[in-house]
Amino acid sequence: MRTLYHFHGGVHPPSNKTQSTRLAIAPAPLPSRLIVPLHQHAGETAKPVVQAGDHVLKGQLIGMPDGFVSSAVHAPTSGTIAAIDMQLIAHPSGLPNLCATLIPDGKDEWIELEPVKNYRDHSTTELQHLLRMAGVVGLGGAAFPSDIKLRLGKQKIKTLILNGAECEPYITCDDMLMRERAAEIVQGAEILRFMLDADEVLYGVEDNKPEAIAALQQAITASGSALQQSKRHEVVAIPTIYPGGSAKQLIRVLTGLEVPSGKLPTDIGVQCFNVATAYTVHRALAHGEPLLSRIVTVAGNVREARNYEALIGTPIDELVALSEALPDTNGYIMGGPMMGFALPGMSGPGPAVHVPMVKATNCIIVSSEKLFPPPPPAMPCIRCTRCVEVCPADLQPQDLFWFAQSKEFGRAQTFSLFDCIECGACSYVCPSHIPLVQYYRFAKSEIRAREHDKQLADQARDRHEFHEQRIEREKREKAEKLAAKEKAAQAAKLAAQPLTAEQQAELANLATSREHIRELAQSAVEHTTENTGAN
Amino acid sequence: MLSALLVMAALAIVLGAVLGFAAIKFHVEGNPLVDKIDAILPQTQCGQCSFPGCKPYATAIAAGEADINRCPPGGVEGIQKLADLLGVDFKPFGGDTAAPKPKSVAIIDESTCIGCTLCIQACPVDAIVGAAKQMHTIIAAECTGCELCVAPCPVDCISMQVIEEKISNWKWKYPVYSLVTAQ
Ligand code: SF4
Ligand code: SF4
Ligand code: SF4
Ligand code: SF4
Repeated sequence: MRTLYHFHGGVHPPSNKTQSTRLAIAPAPLPSRLIVPLHQHAGETAKPVVQAGDHVLKGQLIGMPDGFVSSAVHAPTSGTIAAIDMQLIAHPSGLPNLCATLIPDGKDEWIELEPVKNYRDHSTTELQHLLRMAGVVGLGGAAFPSDIKLRLGKQKIKTLILNGAECEPYITCDDMLMRERAAEIVQGAEILRFMLDADEVLYGVEDNKPEAIAALQQAITASGSALQQSKRHEVVAIPTIYPGGSAKQLIRVLTGLEVPSGKLPTDIGVQCFNVATAYTVHRALAHGEPLLSRIVTVAGNVREARNYEALIGTPIDELVALSEALPDTNGYIMGGPMMGFALPGMSGPGPAVHVPMVKATNCIIVSSEKLFPPPPPAMPCIRCTRCVEVCPADLQPQDLFWFAQSKEFGRAQTFSLFDCIECGACSYVCPSHIPLVQYYRFAKSEIRAREHDKQLADQARDRHEFHEQRIEREKREKAEKLAAKEKAAQAAKLAAQPLTAEQQAELANLATSREHIRELAQSAVEHTTENTGAN
Repeated sequence: MLSALLVMAALAIVLGAVLGFAAIKFHVEGNPLVDKIDAILPQTQCGQCSFPGCKPYATAIAAGEADINRCPPGGVEGIQKLADLLGVDFKPFGGDTAAPKPKSVAIIDESTCIGCTLCIQACPVDAIVGAAKQMHTIIAAECTGCELCVAPCPVDCISMQVIEEKISNWKWKYPVYSLVTAQ
């Protein structure tokens, strides 16, 4: 039995998970259209490589990764690209972003797939490139390109953690994936372990998912021979507590190690991937399939909560229609109730703006006033420190709130604002109902914007200094050139001047005297020859 | 008594030497106050402060020859930072300085540009590329929005465009909600 560790704080919100685990994962039917955002991952937007009017096949590249942190985007089915333009996307800002709209032709015709026969014959760099071009990103929520997380640093990776904790209420997509497709998760995990050259693989699953734990264990035993080279795969049931599935907290529970502030897990020899990401890695390499679909939980105010395997770009209203939103629906949340956000442009039941699901969409909660009553009016902070008790990052949420509220960003930073994982545990327990996380998000984005402005200012200062130097240099060079030119002109002028009468007389004099000397010399020579002849 | 005096004298000599050495070794070029002020100024280099750039304004502030409320691009926050740095009271913008404007970048209408190079000469950060009689264009990422290139253009083809809110520069807003005060 493995010793488990505790992290500070945590809360126990009602899990609401059983509603959506009664039925197996259902494939969502082909939607009427697919709106595929070109920016679904952390980092740079992918560059569109198709045009409106183009016919594309399922799995064809439509967005090329652009920049170091970026990922590819593919056509989720075969059909015609209707437009590449700005569309409303699932983002808390409610702002549009570049999307490719695809009208399916209904044939679902694949491009030619190129599976990797044996990934062990390839270098990690090659495999990383394949994953980047397959559009594989973290499916746990942050959608960080997986190839970047597989880059080897100086630090040896000892432990690979497969995150199957799924601690947020309502969400069950990872649970169902583990129950139904454990074998492929285990194979994907072994690929990740091979790439990182990790010693052990720990699957962290909360103990409220016994079926998933059993399925993973069975898959590991069954693939015993295939995993011979693997050092150790172990499923670990961890206590159910929110936010136990957050990377730093999960690492702490499984290894007892603390990721220092401002550091990455890899700095302490640990790397973490979501179980669904491992599944996708396996599909991408063993089958050559780019990331085109994912499992999404549809729950909340619906007739039948369920998990669907849906294509990326599926309009969320069409997806929700499969579970039938109830008449008193008043909105849609993407993600869980603790960390998710209300989708823009979608409020009542029935058709609304076609906000599409993306690679990061793990759950859609249909909300109603009964399920999520509006928060009671907030009251001033009474410094009860209940927020401190539950904060998993060991922060002082009430102080952070104070600094964010008064816009004392420097002090918020010295109180480790950026260690806050925005889990919402503090807001959840706050008796004054203060929307604490909103303050932290506000403060963080203000600080980031200021740092960005500072960078731009430094750049402008350098460029201005360079500009001044250049002007100075050009002036000097011009002056030098001018001086040189003048000198040359003077010399030329001197040479071209006609001779004065005096100078001519002088020159004539010189010629006559030269003549005279020559004559004298001549006579002297003649003289000498005469004398010799006489002898 | 004597030994105490000697010890103190020796200590003074040693510390004096250390300080003297440090002064030479860690000598800072230039005026550190000017640099500190310059670090706060936004480096737009627009001259709206009536100085020919941020550094000259910083120098004037350091010399006590200029007020701290003359830089519109720095905004109220900039004044506050200068006040904090210099330990003086905050001062609102004076009547003769322009009001702060939203951050913009210059755009050249490339079909109208005659390639006269006048804007290139005006740009304080070399953000415009082009050659004589060729169309000119502005590198938006490097443009500080100083507007110095707008006036010299003989065909009026440069306009300022406010940087609009996009997903990439979007910020979380200050929370707004109803609050009840304790009775
Ligand atoms: S829980 Fe709420 S009221 Fe209590 S200290 Fe924290 S912020 Fe203040
Ligand atoms: S949201 Fe941040 S401050 Fe609040 S409990 Fe979570 S980590 Fe702590
Ligand atoms: S007004 Fe313009 S030139 Fe003067 S300090 Fe501000 S940004 Fe710099
Ligand atoms: S391009 Fe124009 S507005 Fe932009 S920095 Fe240069 S001169 Fe100023």
